[in-house]
Amino acid sequence: MVVFEKPKALTDAVLHYCPGCTHGIVHRLVAEAIDELGIEGKTIGVAPVGCSVMAYDYFACDMIEASHGRAPAVATGVKRALPDNIVFAYQGDGDLASIGLCETVSTAARGENVTIIFINNAIYGMTGGQMAPTSLIGQVTQTSPYGRDPKTQGYPINICELLATLDAPYYLERVTVNNVQHVRQAKKAIKKAFQNQVEGKGYSLIEVVSACPTNWGMTPQKALDWIETDMLPRYPLGVYRDKDAEAKKED
Amino acid sequence: MSEKVLMKGNEAIAEAAILAGCRHYFGYPITPQTEVAAYMSKKMPKIGGTFLQAESEIAAINMVYGVASTGKRAMTSSSSPGISLKTEGISYLAGADLPALIVNVQRGGPGLGGIQPSQSDYFLATRGPGHGDFHVLVFAPSSVQEMADLTSKAFELAEKYRMPAMLLADGTMGQMMEPVVLPEPIEKVEEKPWAVTGTKGEREHNIINSLYLKPAELEQTNLDRFARYKIIEETECMWEEFMMEDAEVCVVSTGITARVSRNAIVEARKQGIKVGMIRPITLWPFPKKPLIEAADKVKSFIAVELNMGQMKEDIELAIRCKKPVALCSRVGGMIPSPDEVLEAIKKEV
Repeated sequence: MVVFEKPKALTDAVLHYCPGCTHGIVHRLVAEAIDELGIEGKTIGVAPVGCSVMAYDYFACDMIEASHGRAPAVATGVKRALPDNIVFAYQGDGDLASIGLCETVSTAARGENVTIIFINNAIYGMTGGQMAPTSLIGQVTQTSPYGRDPKTQGYPINICELLATLDAPYYLERVTVNNVQHVRQAKKAIKKAFQNQVEGKGYSLIEVVSACPTNWGMTPQKALDWIETDMLPRYPLGVYRDKDAEAKKED
Repeated sequence: MSEKVLMKGNEAIAEAAILAGCRHYFGYPITPQTEVAAYMSKKMPKIGGTFLQAESEIAAINMVYGVASTGKRAMTSSSSPGISLKTEGISYLAGADLPALIVNVQRGGPGLGGIQPSQSDYFLATRGPGHGDFHVLVFAPSSVQEMADLTSKAFELAEKYRMPAMLLADGTMGQMMEPVVLPEPIEKVEEKPWAVTGTKGEREHNIINSLYLKPAELEQTNLDRFARYKIIEETECMWEEFMMEDAEVCVVSTGITARVSRNAIVEARKQGIKVGMIRPITLWPFPKKPLIEAADKVKSFIAVELNMGQMKEDIELAIRCKKPVALCSRVGGMIPSPDEVLEAIKKEV
């Protein structure tokens, strides 16, 4: 008897991610949401530039590879052309919060009816561990060898909090996947972000605080612990916008 | 649609694009092409299309990339500084073999330059506007009628060869008004088997992509693309000849300067000077054939252009430097008068 299956929305391709990387978990959660909502046949995904650049090989739905940071603009184009399809972008922190911040904010401000999955692991993974816009104060990376100094390198950008200042976003939640309980919550949030789009409610973004053991220079277990001890104090989990809940409150 | 209407060049582009089945326009305000966006913003909502004023030129070209990925006709328009920003997206369109129309109503540069007409993006357009080895189809209209006709042609060829096309107009073409007969509307844009439209559970997933990590694979995509380019160079060159039968001097010019040159040539002929003109309509592919043929007959060529001699280099390459090529040019938004061109012609006699 099969008790645990690979979601149909994932292909059979072998993932290239490093051991202990949480991209695999999040890919699976996205695929499970697509399966459960029965939307694979009409879903179009947009892959970023970064570690998940090859996500187009891993998701079984139609896929587009975007240039660095432009996934929300590409997703906007696709959604405007095919409003009945489901469009999601999967982006890392360099892609979404640095080079593509303008596209991120503007797409959210327009309230495009798309789903954004945002992997925040506080580092540029693909290029070998440089400082990201979300790197923590004091975090040592290849390009902040003495630790991120706010005097010269500024402060981390909190995307959910930033986007929550806008009127249009429908749903913004920050989750993580460093333990079973958090993974289950992440799954719930991701599914809701897709469900919102199916119902035509508008822009949803799920920020997933993720681990990069390779570039953090940690064992996989230590990396998951570091999420808890160092990442979450800066990036508190929770719902930053949920128009469903707000409407219920008013009722 | 056979009656003549009086239109601004920029509006003729917009209307022709709609008639060509384009229902998705993304742009960002910049002089002197803003009328394209203004026209689209009025018209698109009424015909179920998309007009979206993007947050940047970069976002606009990437929205075009998104629509193009679905197999639908999409366009953006801008002017020189904006085109610099779009080059990233144009390279990705080329790398992913996607058709799309980019309109460049050129102004003077470099930098912020000015807002007066220019043809100084000739190199940018014809050498492949972006990183990597590629070309885009480049059309240079010389009348409002051609603004409309070449818009249709650009969409048609972009789809036929799966590559971006650029309408490279100078600011004068965008701003001037002329009577124009609009093209017949296209009822339906063909479905594309390669497009991302959702698998509907009926096929393997389609992927729109320009990343090839294996060098041999990437090399092959370049070779395949250039094999297509070769066919285009052999079959799709467009040009117009004017008074070339007995010409001893050949003017080569496009856009507004071709019109100025035409007046100068008519005047020169009155004075008994045997001069004609070859007007390239496609700049890539560049019409080398009529030029190399002319090189056997004429004494010299004159490139008349609004830049420091960019097309002059293509003429020299096309005729393999068999004959001298003089340059008559004004830049920065200045336009030569017919008298200035006439003087340049007289120097060659």
